[in-house]
Amino acid sequence: MIIDLRKFIASERPHWRELESLLDRLSGDSAFKLSLEQLKHFHYLYERTSADLAKITTFASEPETRRYLESLVARAYGEIHETRQKPHRVAPLHWFFNTFPQTFRRHVRAFWLSVAITLVGSVFGAGVIAFDPDAKSVIMPFSHLQGDPRERVAREEKAASDRLSGMKGTFSSYLMTHNTKVSIYTLALGMTWGVGTMLMLFYNGIILGAVAADYLLAGQASFLVGWLLPHGSFEIPAILIAGQAGLVLGGALIGWGSRTSATARLRQISRDLVTLIFGVGIMLVWAGFVEAFLSQYHEPVIPYSAKISFGAVELCLLALFLAKSGSQLTGAELQTRNSNLR
Amino acid sequence: MRQRKTSTLLVQTPEGIVFSLLLAGPVTRFLAWAVDLACVGALASAVGSALALLGLLSPDFARGLAVLAYFVIQIGYGIFLEWFWRGQTIGKRLLRLRVMDAQGLRLQFSQIVMRNLLRFVDMLPAFYLLGGIACLASRRAQRLGDFAANTIVVRNPKIQEPDLDQLLAGKFNSLRDYPHLAARLHQRVSPREASVALQALIRRDELHAQARVELFSEIAAHFRSLVEFPPATTEGITDEQYLRNVLDILFRPQGLERQEILPAEPR
Repeated sequence: MIIDLRKFIASERPHWRELESLLDRLSGDSAFKLSLEQLKHFHYLYERTSADLAKITTFASEPETRRYLESLVARAYGEIHETRQKPHRVAPLHWFFNTFPQTFRRHVRAFWLSVAITLVGSVFGAGVIAFDPDAKSVIMPFSHLQGDPRERVAREEKAASDRLSGMKGTFSSYLMTHNTKVSIYTLALGMTWGVGTMLMLFYNGIILGAVAADYLLAGQASFLVGWLLPHGSFEIPAILIAGQAGLVLGGALIGWGSRTSATARLRQISRDLVTLIFGVGIMLVWAGFVEAFLSQYHEPVIPYSAKISFGAVELCLLALFLAKSGSQLTGAELQTRNSNLR
Repeated sequence: MRQRKTSTLLVQTPEGIVFSLLLAGPVTRFLAWAVDLACVGALASAVGSALALLGLLSPDFARGLAVLAYFVIQIGYGIFLEWFWRGQTIGKRLLRLRVMDAQGLRLQFSQIVMRNLLRFVDMLPAFYLLGGIACLASRRAQRLGDFAANTIVVRNPKIQEPDLDQLLAGKFNSLRDYPHLAARLHQRVSPREASVALQALIRRDELHAQARVELFSEIAAHFRSLVEFPPATTEGITDEQYLRNVLDILFRPQGLERQEILPAEPR
């Protein structure tokens, strides 16, 4: 029971204001760190304001003050009880060369699962085309894939004019946005305990396998590899990584063998998922450029050997990047890792 | 953390202090989304017009850029604004909603990205049907994106200050002659009881005459049971006037001038 409300508010308000200004600084400036003394004082202010809130809650006539104190206590609670590291200042290069490949490697088992599902889909798609060529019209997503590969190759190799002339930019943007959307779906469908992600990967595998089998059976292997490898060396791994992220999400929801709650598991992986999907986005931007500006040109404009070599080099560099980049931890990272392990 | 009812989330701190968060329902959120959709449309058409000028130089480049810009605006609108305004977009600001961490902790950038990317699933098959169902079924009114990102959407309704001078007793309040009883009234009346009486007074004109008399009689009887004032002070005044006098004591203590209103908006 507060005897003199006016006096109470007047004497406590300076502390509330001080806490509020500290909270403003903490949330506004990510580089701002409290010293030990300041931290103790911050905790004191939080406890004092909490006690004030408990006192004023019983007071019928002060709803605004109560709400104000509730909001202060809620904010301070968020600061004091937060154990996750405060995000660093934006460091895109460090993120790209260290955080992204490290995150990929941390969840590499999900990546291999993603590869396996796609491979099973590819074998299925190839089998369908090999044993039931009539199914082509059902499986192939684009009209230009439904004809005879030999005819397409002959037509494109004879083409005198550049059919993409004046629309390469638009085509490239379309590819980037479309593929990124597919990747986001593949990640987001992880919310179906991973089933949706698996279906997406399997479906992608079917199309890939069907197209490959169709061209290989028609004896157009060099056209196929020259056409798909330059952009596919980034596009396909990107979708596989999106699948990896979706499977990690599904795994966190299921939580096999984990004693922590689903909320805690999701909290643990949320930063990793964002890292993976941003990485996928960057890979798809590159793939979009290559697909519009290089992949659609065939012999005699660009020799297949040059396209295949380019694609193979890309694939090697990507594999090297994902396997090795950022594998030497800096001192600060080692410290973080050790503290996480503890 | 405990749950009282679906629209309120109570967070209990280890210090034993409880603060409440009002959860936003699917309808309010859908309205906020509609506002945001209009904003995305307006922004995209503004960018489109600007790029049309660029089209004079290179139509292909401008078209490509427009496709990319629309995609970035569509995905980035929610992410950027929720990060920049700590959990709010234009629609959420208008409807006084805010995204918060479900544990009351600091909202992280990765949480914002996750909840915005998982919109793609929440929107399936159309008009946020899946998200809406998840929101209705969830204890914390979370759509799938909120569940994955561990976020909630809360409401911060604006407390409208009632015009107390119009509502409360005039210059003469017979109950004020008994300061010790007035102090007891302060002690015994809970915020909820005071709010019921205040709401009844604010909405008195919306009631039928008979219902109005009955309602005020019931509320006044309740307040009389809490603190008994001498009969001389309550004789000859209606139940409604009695309640005005009671609230006058509760909401306008003697000698306490109007306090500076503190900002009530949590940030």
